[in-house]
Amino acid sequence: MSLVKKHPKEVKQILSKYPPEHKRSAVMPLLYLAQRGEGFVNKAAMQEIAQILEITETEVASIVGFYTLYHDEKAGKYRMQVCTDLPCALRGADEFLQNLCGNLGIKVGETTADGLVTLEAVTCLAGCDKAPVFQTQGPDGIKYHENMTVDKTLELIEALKEVKE
Amino acid sequence: MSHILLRHRDIPDLHKMAVYKKNGGFVAFKNAVTKMKPNEVTDVVKNSGLRGRGGAGFPTGMKWSFIDNKGWPHYVVANADESEPGTFKDREIMENNPLQFLEGLAISSYAVGAAVAYIYLRGESWQVAALLDEKIAEMEEAGYLGENLFGNDYSLKIHTHLGAGAYICGEETALLESLEGRRGQPRVRPPFPPSVGLYGKPTIINNVETFTNVPMIMANGADWYKRMGTADSTGVKIFSLSGRVRKPGNYELPFGTTFRQLIYEHGGGILDGRPVKAIMPAGASSSLIVVDDKVLDTPMDYASVRTLGSELGSASVIVIDDTVSVAWIINKTVHFFKHESCGKCTPCREGTYWMQNITKRIRSGEGTEDDVDLLLNVAKQMQGKCLCALGEFSTMAVVTGIERFPQDFKKAVKV
Ligand SMILES: Cc1cc2nc3c(=O)[nH]c(=O)nc-3n(C[C@H](O)[C@H](O)[C@H](O)COP(=O)(O)O)c2cc1C
Ligand code: SF4
Ligand code: FES
Repeated sequence: MSLVKKHPKEVKQILSKYPPEHKRSAVMPLLYLAQRGEGFVNKAAMQEIAQILEITETEVASIVGFYTLYHDEKAGKYRMQVCTDLPCALRGADEFLQNLCGNLGIKVGETTADGLVTLEAVTCLAGCDKAPVFQTQGPDGIKYHENMTVDKTLELIEALKEVKE
Repeated sequence: MSHILLRHRDIPDLHKMAVYKKNGGFVAFKNAVTKMKPNEVTDVVKNSGLRGRGGAGFPTGMKWSFIDNKGWPHYVVANADESEPGTFKDREIMENNPLQFLEGLAISSYAVGAAVAYIYLRGESWQVAALLDEKIAEMEEAGYLGENLFGNDYSLKIHTHLGAGAYICGEETALLESLEGRRGQPRVRPPFPPSVGLYGKPTIINNVETFTNVPMIMANGADWYKRMGTADSTGVKIFSLSGRVRKPGNYELPFGTTFRQLIYEHGGGILDGRPVKAIMPAGASSSLIVVDDKVLDTPMDYASVRTLGSELGSASVIVIDDTVSVAWIINKTVHFFKHESCGKCTPCREGTYWMQNITKRIRSGEGTEDDVDLLLNVAKQMQGKCLCALGEFSTMAVVTGIERFPQDFKKAVKV
């Protein structure tokens, strides 16, 4: 279903934030909206966004390609993005990620067999005092998980299995 | 001492409108709009000595006075991109004391004649943006945002805008590109945003922490503010302390507090009681400081940190103890900058790529002495040739790491 049909109120509200002659500014919020359901932006949505904003589809695709929080491919229902940047690494983030990989039986970048979780290593999440820290990017938005242990993470994954839309 | 910015630590529920108002909230904004001319507000901020908290430390009032009064409309943009490794202060402000930040943004908008302000948040701050949207709606309802505020002819709207995972969008001109719906790549400067900014219009961009100071300065006066801190760096700063300390976290302290006070009195000292080996005072972009007693007793203000061959930047103090190798550190920082380079100019795009390969080799013990020379050479070649400061930042830890910690590159290198 088209974005405008599915989220008419949101599309209108997003467009109202920017001067009409600069509606192209709405490309980022619209991409988030398009990504909400499936976890990635499909071609039809890119076409529709291009149409709404009167820019080319290539321009929309180049935005998707530039920013790391937009995806053009399906992954697990939740992307679990663990920070391994310097401050976190000074507090054991690399070891945490490795242990997590071991427990889940997957490598960084891979998805669990049930399609629930894709594990990724990312740069600083502005939670450096609460390492190990990761965010989950899923159907319900982006959430922070701080001061994590492998056990707490495995519990979280169990809880995510129960989430119904 | 009670807090000025992290006031929520002293006042429970400060994020609630009623509590914020009971504690003096919006008096400064109302006072500015009803009793002061915009340039009088700018003068107070100028006299307070407030300097930008986003990294460069540029005098805030002076920046505001540069706004081009020939081009209209004017815009104000709050930089809430906060992505420098080691920085996590703006998030604490926005999550816990959002109304003070928003009031500061409103006062600043009045001062420079902007009727629309945007808050550009990093995409990961999805929940923070939702909270700010809620607070903005409450302000509209209470008559602090909207048309004809306080019966005056001043009107203001504030909108949030989420980025999507790109450190470079914290650079102010890349941020504007991104806000305009393009890829976040820096613009050539000049012209600077106060003359040509958002949609080509005069625009003032400040950091979240900078704005959050403004209501307190307006309420208590420039002289009150100047009494805190040092002559060169007035007022208070939030220091984000991270790395090998017992109690990492945000500490709001006057400028001029020493590294020793921050690390030992507030941060509880080093894990396992080890000695401090190096400090990175401005996050991953820092030059590495070799630590001795003199360094620990150096006051943290813009001028003093410069005498140590580094910069205070956004005061994201990463502490490194003697268990950590500098060869490992620079591999981490270079990895970050390689990942975040926007690719617009060749020295940065290619340089970070090569530095990543070489630091990886050195870190894993497979490097030769030639590799260390090559690395230093690549980093130095990049300096002064990049379009924006990110390229420069990527070389800081590399060059100072190799030059100031040569022993760490002997150990890691196989001969
Ligand atoms: C690569 C790069 C990243 C930056 N990231 C941020 C950031 O996340 N937040 C910020 O406020 N300023 C950041 N800055 C600084 C901004 O360009 C700008 O100087 C600042 O927002 C101005 O506000 P201030 O005067 O209040 O500090 C960054 C600069 C560079 C070069
Ligand atoms: S220095 Fe790097 S980040 Fe800055 S414009 Fe050039 S390629 Fe982009
Ligand atoms: S380094 Fe991991 S959150 Fe900042």
